[in-house]
Amino acid sequence: MERLRATRPHLFVQGDDQPVGFTETRGNAVRLVALDRSGMGAGLRPGLTLADARARVPELAVFPHDPHADLDWLERLADGCHRYTPTVALLPPDALVMDIAGCTHAFEGERFLAADVERRFARRGVLARHAFGDTAEIAHALARYSGSPAPDERGAVRRLPVAALGLDGEATDALAAAGLKTVGDVMARPLSGLAARFGGDAATAVRRLAGEAHAPVAARVRREPVVAERRFAEPVSRTEHVLGVLTDLAAEAAIELERRREGGRRWEARLFRADGAVHRLRIETGRPTRDPQLLLRLFRERIDALADPLDPGFGYDLVRLGVALAEPLDGHQLKLEGGAAREEEGAVAMLVDRLSTRLGPARVRRFVPRDSHVPEQAELTLPAARPAPAPATVGTWPRPEPGEPPSRPIYLFDPPEPVDQVLAEVPDAPPARFRWRRRTHEVARAEGPERIAGEWWRRVDADAPARDYYRVEDRRGRRLWLFRIGAYGTGEAPRWYVHGLFA
Amino acid sequence: MSDSAVPSSGLLADLRCLAAGPARPQAAQGGADWCRGGLARGCLHEVYAADEEDAAAAAGFAAALALAGAATPLVWLRPGHAGAGQGRLHATGLAELGLAPDALLLVVAADVPALLRAAADVARCPGVGTLVMESWGPMPTLDLTATRRLVLAAERSGVTVVSLRCRAEPVASAAATRWRVAAGPSTALEANAPGGPAFVVECLRRRGGAPAPARRVEWNRETRCFEPRSEHRPDYLPEHRPGEAPLAGAGLSLAAGGAAARHPPASVRAGG
Repeated sequence: MERLRATRPHLFVQGDDQPVGFTETRGNAVRLVALDRSGMGAGLRPGLTLADARARVPELAVFPHDPHADLDWLERLADGCHRYTPTVALLPPDALVMDIAGCTHAFEGERFLAADVERRFARRGVLARHAFGDTAEIAHALARYSGSPAPDERGAVRRLPVAALGLDGEATDALAAAGLKTVGDVMARPLSGLAARFGGDAATAVRRLAGEAHAPVAARVRREPVVAERRFAEPVSRTEHVLGVLTDLAAEAAIELERRREGGRRWEARLFRADGAVHRLRIETGRPTRDPQLLLRLFRERIDALADPLDPGFGYDLVRLGVALAEPLDGHQLKLEGGAAREEEGAVAMLVDRLSTRLGPARVRRFVPRDSHVPEQAELTLPAARPAPAPATVGTWPRPEPGEPPSRPIYLFDPPEPVDQVLAEVPDAPPARFRWRRRTHEVARAEGPERIAGEWWRRVDADAPARDYYRVEDRRGRRLWLFRIGAYGTGEAPRWYVHGLFA
Repeated sequence: MSDSAVPSSGLLADLRCLAAGPARPQAAQGGADWCRGGLARGCLHEVYAADEEDAAAAAGFAAALALAGAATPLVWLRPGHAGAGQGRLHATGLAELGLAPDALLLVVAADVPALLRAAADVARCPGVGTLVMESWGPMPTLDLTATRRLVLAAERSGVTVVSLRCRAEPVASAAATRWRVAAGPSTALEANAPGGPAFVVECLRRRGGAPAPARRVEWNRETRCFEPRSEHRPDYLPEHRPGEAPLAGAGLSLAAGGAAARHPPASVRAGG
């Protein structure tokens, strides 16, 4: 909500008192998922359908719920909180956890620190509530839920409503129905009974609020991106100079990357022209690298492949090279055992990068098997510049039986090409003659049928009719892969298709 | 010894010296024969599909050549528009010829200049075993100069370049060999099922040597060899195949078979 107010103030010209809600389509109804304070004050609650809410509060302003943008916003807030402590963790959808142990001395105490946080947030229009706790869970529960006042933290936790346990709605309702209204009521019961009734997670939640168990805090790790840049008093305009500068910058970036034991996979060069225009050159490599010479070659390819040639105008006065994506890369050994083979492998990887840079990553592809017996889904091609998928996520290539002829074609038509004038014996003999691409083929040899049915366990294929495949060889020696959909004698005439060609 | 062994071994010898070519005498001695070593490495070879419908046979032949020479990894370069009429390359089918799909890279070029440029890049890369450059229709830009450029790159890097031409007529080029490939009748299996890959192969041009008439060969996946088939004709005849010579032992000359004369197969020695 505050995100919207901050980023799109024009939406709120009517003033701040207008109730605001956020909606989401759940099932077939548009329902409210979040409301601002005045909306809640008007008696609306999340979960209400929009039609009902409009009937009660006609002036309600409604926006679609966008969890991704909310998360981005929360991350920005978290970035801002790094001024207080290095350990900031996100608790989506709307909470931040800061570990302020040892970080309060600059603020003369935690209360002042919290006040500073709230003041800073309020300046950006963010309404924040804070709480302190021994553990992240306790602080989170105290900040989100309110119980009756208590002298100390332990007492305050005990007086929180059971919803603070963070269980699902059903369990919370069941606890309330059992007469357990507060966390303290639940804690007074033996944990074993709770675990038996609501599962181990419920018991863990209780123990966490009691401070007996800790959940790990996934702190955001902020890494400074690797950037190298060079400014020029006298703008440079020749492409060769720019490339030379890029090589120097790549060497600088490589030093930093080596220190981090990383290599760049996506690089972006920005050329700032003296008159304010910025040219961007992006390259991507299949393997992480920090080799300036390789990057130079790729940037050269990129510049050559540009639809509009690079127009330096009055020259560039700033060149910046950034690593947009870095991956772990250890220093590797060369020229040891298998060094030559590695070098050749490296040559192929470099070739892949070059071609991917020039033609586009989608045009340089490798084949990946899939666990499917539907021929057109049994393999797919992926951009070769991307890292290979894990072996567990892909299928295996079929192993040909010694002595058996190929059972799959080398060219596959997608979609299959229809054939007509098929002459075949009923019910399931291979065709004796058929016409494909305006030529008649007389079948000399044939094998089949091989029945390939749709994969009923996948929803999209459930209704796909079974196909009967035949390997046929015509009188001129051409081997084709035909299939038939439907059967003779079922009313509708079956249809025949060519699906592939054998060598 | 049986009669069939002599033409068979003679054919082997002929094929052996055919493939080696006089430009690479060391290859002829080094066993770079057709059956074991594929075509000479670091050269440009052209494979023409005899007919549009023989494109798959020509493609299979090109892949088999790479396998016979153990020249992998294989980079298959296709023009972007080939996908529509010809279907897509099916790695499972190529795997059944013996080509490991992991050693296969597919590059699709948007247009002819991009195709030629990518071909030059691949031919320059020493890590690549074979480049199969598929092209459809006449390619005026794939002329003597362009092929010469490919040959130079291939000679330096040792990449075997196979230019796979479909729907095209042979034109002047710097290729070491030029073949016309058509689908051949296979040896029938049980219940008249189609057999393995079979080709009718005709050598149209060979640098420094005479062309050879068409023969029928079958590809053996296990031994990675082309096996000449002349013992039996299929029970049906190809309707019309211009330039196909009768596949008998009489058509095979040992005159040029220096390599075979030096290393005659054991069966010939025993018989002779």
